[in-house]
Amino acid sequence: MNDNGDPNGGRHDGAQPCFHCGAPVPPGSDWRAMVGGVARSLCCPGCRAVAETIAGAGHAGYYQRRAEPARNAAGMSDLLAGAAALDHPSLAGGCQRDLDAHRREATLMIAGISCAACVWLIERRLAGVPGVLQAEVNLPTHRLTVRWDRRRTSLGAIGAEIARVGYLAQPYSPDARRRTLAGQRRALLRRLGVAGLLGMQVMTLSVALYGGAWYGMDPAMEIFFRWSALLLSVPVVAFCASPFLAGAWRGVRRASPGMDLPVTLGIALAFGASAWATFTNRGEVYFDSVAMFVFLLLGARYLELAARARAADATERLAVATPDTARRLRLPHGDDYEIVASAALRPGDWVQVPDGATLAADGVIAAGESVFSEAHLSGESAPVPKRPGDRVIGGSLNLAHPVTVRVSACGEHTVLASIVRLLERAHRERPRLARLADRAAGAFVLVVLLLALVTALYWQAHAPGEWLPVTVAVLIVTCPCALSLATPAAVTSALSALMREGVLVTRGDALENSTRVTHWVFDKTGTLTEGRPRLVRTFGLGLPEQEAHAIAAALERGSQHPLAEALRQAAPPAAAPAKELRSFPGGGVSGSVGKTRYWLGAPAFVTRHTGHVLDQAVCAGYPEHSLAVLADRECIRAAFVLGDRIRPRAAALVEELRSRGGEVWLLSGDRDSAVQATAASLAIAHWESGLAPGDKLQRVRALQRTGAVVAMVGDGSNDSPVLAQAQVSIAMGTGARMAAVNADVVLLGGELAGVSALAATGWRTRRVIRQNLAWALLYNFGALPAAALGLVPPWLAAAGMSASSLVVVANALRLGRQRRPAHDDTPVTGRAPAQVA
Amino acid sequence: MEIVYLLLPLAGVLVVAIGAALLWAVRSGQFDDLEGPAYRILMDDDPVAPDDPAPGDGAPHADD
Repeated sequence: MNDNGDPNGGRHDGAQPCFHCGAPVPPGSDWRAMVGGVARSLCCPGCRAVAETIAGAGHAGYYQRRAEPARNAAGMSDLLAGAAALDHPSLAGGCQRDLDAHRREATLMIAGISCAACVWLIERRLAGVPGVLQAEVNLPTHRLTVRWDRRRTSLGAIGAEIARVGYLAQPYSPDARRRTLAGQRRALLRRLGVAGLLGMQVMTLSVALYGGAWYGMDPAMEIFFRWSALLLSVPVVAFCASPFLAGAWRGVRRASPGMDLPVTLGIALAFGASAWATFTNRGEVYFDSVAMFVFLLLGARYLELAARARAADATERLAVATPDTARRLRLPHGDDYEIVASAALRPGDWVQVPDGATLAADGVIAAGESVFSEAHLSGESAPVPKRPGDRVIGGSLNLAHPVTVRVSACGEHTVLASIVRLLERAHRERPRLARLADRAAGAFVLVVLLLALVTALYWQAHAPGEWLPVTVAVLIVTCPCALSLATPAAVTSALSALMREGVLVTRGDALENSTRVTHWVFDKTGTLTEGRPRLVRTFGLGLPEQEAHAIAAALERGSQHPLAEALRQAAPPAAAPAKELRSFPGGGVSGSVGKTRYWLGAPAFVTRHTGHVLDQAVCAGYPEHSLAVLADRECIRAAFVLGDRIRPRAAALVEELRSRGGEVWLLSGDRDSAVQATAASLAIAHWESGLAPGDKLQRVRALQRTGAVVAMVGDGSNDSPVLAQAQVSIAMGTGARMAAVNADVVLLGGELAGVSALAATGWRTRRVIRQNLAWALLYNFGALPAAALGLVPPWLAAAGMSASSLVVVANALRLGRQRRPAHDDTPVTGRAPAQVA
Repeated sequence: MEIVYLLLPLAGVLVVAIGAALLWAVRSGQFDDLEGPAYRILMDDDPVAPDDPAPGDGAPHADD
């Protein structure tokens, strides 16, 4: 226990991880803190301050208990500044409530919580603050509810205490939808609890009544028991079952009876008849069946709602990933900054981002180099190096050095905000299969009602004493609840599981469609290859190389195409400005530099616009590389040879898709030899090169005419028409373009592994949905005749129907739990998490 | 068996009391976090290594 969970003991070499956050300790640095009687090496003053605070307050047990390294605390001063801002009414007003004259309560979202030890640490810390009356952190939602005495402390001081142990506290005010969801959950829980409680009482009485029916019972006692059961059942029907009653009434009013109608009829019939039997003291009572039915049905609904709430919580954590304050520079390139609310930032502002801080808005690095972690956005665990000119997105964490960032988008316009919007849309949409099941359930309900009527009339005529229990059994046992729950529950779980791996599914249908795909069509540049080509060689044809670079860079100034990036990087810093810029998606760009009009792009594009053909001999030495050509009206001025690397997981993916029975195609706008080389190294048999976007569209349409279901995987920027044509469109979302694309699926990490995750999860979801539907249908059609024949007593019907719903929901929840083994084999922080002691 | 006439209403009173407690618990958020308490019970009250006076680490808060 004395080791305090440090796996490295007393080792002191350069690669040692920081005792607090696990980041490598920079060589030559010497930040130490005494924790558990041992001097620990730390990576920065921030981590040292936090470790000292934790140890000094007697909370060193945190290090033994945690399951993950803590968040890096280098941005301590910002954490403290952000905490001070909590006292600002405009920033934190929405999250605070007055309880009485002195006591206030607030809800804060805590960033940096990774395990239960964090919760323990924060609660411990706050318990020691004078004036804090109560502090509780909700582990799954990372929300802190704190009550304090406003005469003795303030929210800002509380936030500062949280900051001193290395966490970021932000005001949290849920939007209307979240409040509704939370309210629904509590309401359902209340009904579930009451139904369970009263149901048990009713069951006790029923057991006595059953026993009495067998062994004989004092009639007065029997009447007393029946009345007691009736009394206890009234709240179950009136309060607990009210959602079903309301749902049934809505269905009747809209003339589209849902599954609530037979449920309600069953409940009403069973309860009504039992109540009548109690009043008249003639006939059987079924109060136990009613109570059990309501309880189990509510249980299934509760599980389904909990799955939806979990998905919403995950989305919400994404949404609040950006900090509420930022350091805005008073002058560009200056050092003088003011702390402002993130909401006050505007595009064009300059902000300083210290190491360890989270970026508040999207932007472009203006000065400094660093490494950013986009892990919680993209699921990609490897940090991304960023240099001046690179785009960085709000919510990513600066891991290494301070940088200055020029804000390009903030608030609702950031990448993060659009990811959240897309995710919410996907969760809102009911997938096709679910709509189908709903329609089927609707038809099924009518059949059930009809059959119940027939059954009632038949039994009325042949065995008048038996008609009621048999009809109730038919109504209850055949309720198609399982049929309606089967799909949505599975899809919700699967979408959340995919999001954790950086696969943003924006359409509910995409998951199901992905399992029907017969042809996986890939774009080459930026999809199968890394899309970060380097300029390998420049051939100046009548222009000096330097000048060719400058012109090319000027022409590509606004372009997002990866080739443009390479050309820009090769250019000297002071490039001449270009005018009359025009871009031709999938081809190239044109514009004027000085007095000359230029075309720059694929050889075919340039030939189409200028009539000049590049001499094949020029680039004969580079058969596998991509070419870009610069030409004016006179002749071709320069040729650029660009090289790109194939993504490491591309070959495995192609192999996997093929083993799932799909055909893999490669359609590229690149030239023949380059595409051929890529296709050959990935063993792709079907490939075509030199295709304009229109040509790709034609190819995909031709495939679809032969009955193929096409999934198009592209980079999303110049493939839009093809993506729109494909049944499943998958876009590589990288950097600032992460979610700006209109595709069914966005791979946020820009990693091909997402495609196989999508395919695998799609198949798993499909399997679960089929299991669910098969089970629901089998159960309903098997139980119906048995019930109509009078073989199923009402209590068994209630148990069977509810069990079938529970089976379906539980089966669907498996999707969210199953985690694929992590595929990253190079964790950058390189620290084994300390074990929970 | 006449005692049942007394016991059942008593049970009813108990049920009402438990029901009220349940409704209060739901309202006050007792069921909002079903994960955390499982860990919390393992983590309460930590006697940190008693031989650790943490000399000279200058932390201002030793108020636990």
